[in-house]
Amino acid sequence: MSDAELRRTPLNARHRALGARMVAFGGWDMPVQYSGILDEHRIVREAAGLFDVSHMGQVWLRGPEAVAASEWLVTCPVASLKPGRVRYGMLCNERGGVVDDVTVYRIAEDVIMICVNAANIEKDYRWIVRHAGDATVTNESDATGQLALQGPEAAAILARHCDPDPTDFKRFRLFEAKVAGVPSLISRTGYTGSDGFEIYLPAGETETVFDTLLEAGAQPAGLGARDTLRLEAALPLYGHELDEDTTPLEAGLERFVKLEAGGFLGAETLQAQAAAGVERRLVGFVLDDRGVARAEHVLTAKGREIGRVTSGAPSPTLGKSIGLGYVPADFASPGTQIEVQIRTRSVAAHVVDIPFVTKAGGPSGG
Amino acid sequence: MAEYNLPDSVRYSREDEWTRVEGDHVVIGITDYAQQQLGDIVFVELPEPGTQVAAGDPFGVIESVKTVSDLFAPITGEIVTINTDLAETPEAVNDDCYGDGWMLTIQPASSDELQGLLSAQDYAQHIKDREE
Repeated sequence: MSDAELRRTPLNARHRALGARMVAFGGWDMPVQYSGILDEHRIVREAAGLFDVSHMGQVWLRGPEAVAASEWLVTCPVASLKPGRVRYGMLCNERGGVVDDVTVYRIAEDVIMICVNAANIEKDYRWIVRHAGDATVTNESDATGQLALQGPEAAAILARHCDPDPTDFKRFRLFEAKVAGVPSLISRTGYTGSDGFEIYLPAGETETVFDTLLEAGAQPAGLGARDTLRLEAALPLYGHELDEDTTPLEAGLERFVKLEAGGFLGAETLQAQAAAGVERRLVGFVLDDRGVARAEHVLTAKGREIGRVTSGAPSPTLGKSIGLGYVPADFASPGTQIEVQIRTRSVAAHVVDIPFVTKAGGPSGG
Repeated sequence: MAEYNLPDSVRYSREDEWTRVEGDHVVIGITDYAQQQLGDIVFVELPEPGTQVAAGDPFGVIESVKTVSDLFAPITGEIVTINTDLAETPEAVNDDCYGDGWMLTIQPASSDELQGLLSAQDYAQHIKDREE
């Protein structure tokens, strides 16, 4: 895809003015870094970083069928989700493969918003329309700006310009608010493993809120830090850990699947897979020697190929190289010795419990 | 265009390495432009001393958080020493690319290739042409 075809968020000119390095991501022209990935990573873990995530999509379902349709579409329970709450889940195909991983917002009794990945907006919208029965489905992605304010100081910074005060809203709660006077929908969620908020607002007002939060003390952070942060938290990235040939059970996401209740697309396949046991599993590993594991590197055990790396990076928090990859279930136990084939070197690694870095900060709950 | 530190005391390759003659050997590293483009450098893989390299061939790999890039030999010769400190402190390439961030020394096969390398002024133009 040439640069001319890349889509731009409402903040494109702001990123360039801030000196960001821009890259193509999922068909979008996005900032990969401003001051530097390691610096931005540290800022999110220690203070507050502000991400432009306006490339992400929002599909709304409205009407008396909205909840039932969503219940059929996503793996997580929706009818039991109270208005004002958010759940993580997946859209699955009939084979149990992941069409996308999403967050589901119960905005009101008959109103659901599903936040979807940028590269999947059109695919997801068609999928949702096809399976949503009589619910009214709209793709409001172009009209919606989205910011993620993440880090231990996020609540204090947002509180300076947010009515109502966001401080006491728990994780996975959503609320309507005015930020710098702009009507917004806010949830205490994120993709970094740190406390924080995601803010949905009219696209044309995105710059006002972005600038206000920077002035209030947040530092701009790009997709590079977003990737190392989410990897430390072992949050999956669609296209890497998840795709249409991978099931939530293989990805270790069974806690976001209503396996017992069923009644959703892919349920029967997933129930059968759960009963039989998965053959391969997503694991986290830490390198025992120098080097950086990258997506597509081969994983071996005693020299025999067992799988591939799906994501890898140096972990700024741990000071070690970490990665995720799929291996046969026999090799999934923490402590299992494996190797990562990095160019001409075979680098020792061992399987560890994930997340690599445990969540810290913010009121618990949700 | 961003500002780059391009000292006159070294000569430059089109693949963004610098070279400095010290006695019989040539010291090699990557330029300020290259390290700025790469961002935070986290790993440098260098060949063993004694390895023969030909001008233009990849001789090593440099990795930033997000990228993996080949290093290209600016001249033909034999690797004499490598900067083993970079194993522990790859960030030296960001902090001091013409000093502590040096990568290796080469015993050049001939002095002819050195003449073909760029002056600071020509290299600055080369960067500018590429960015436009």
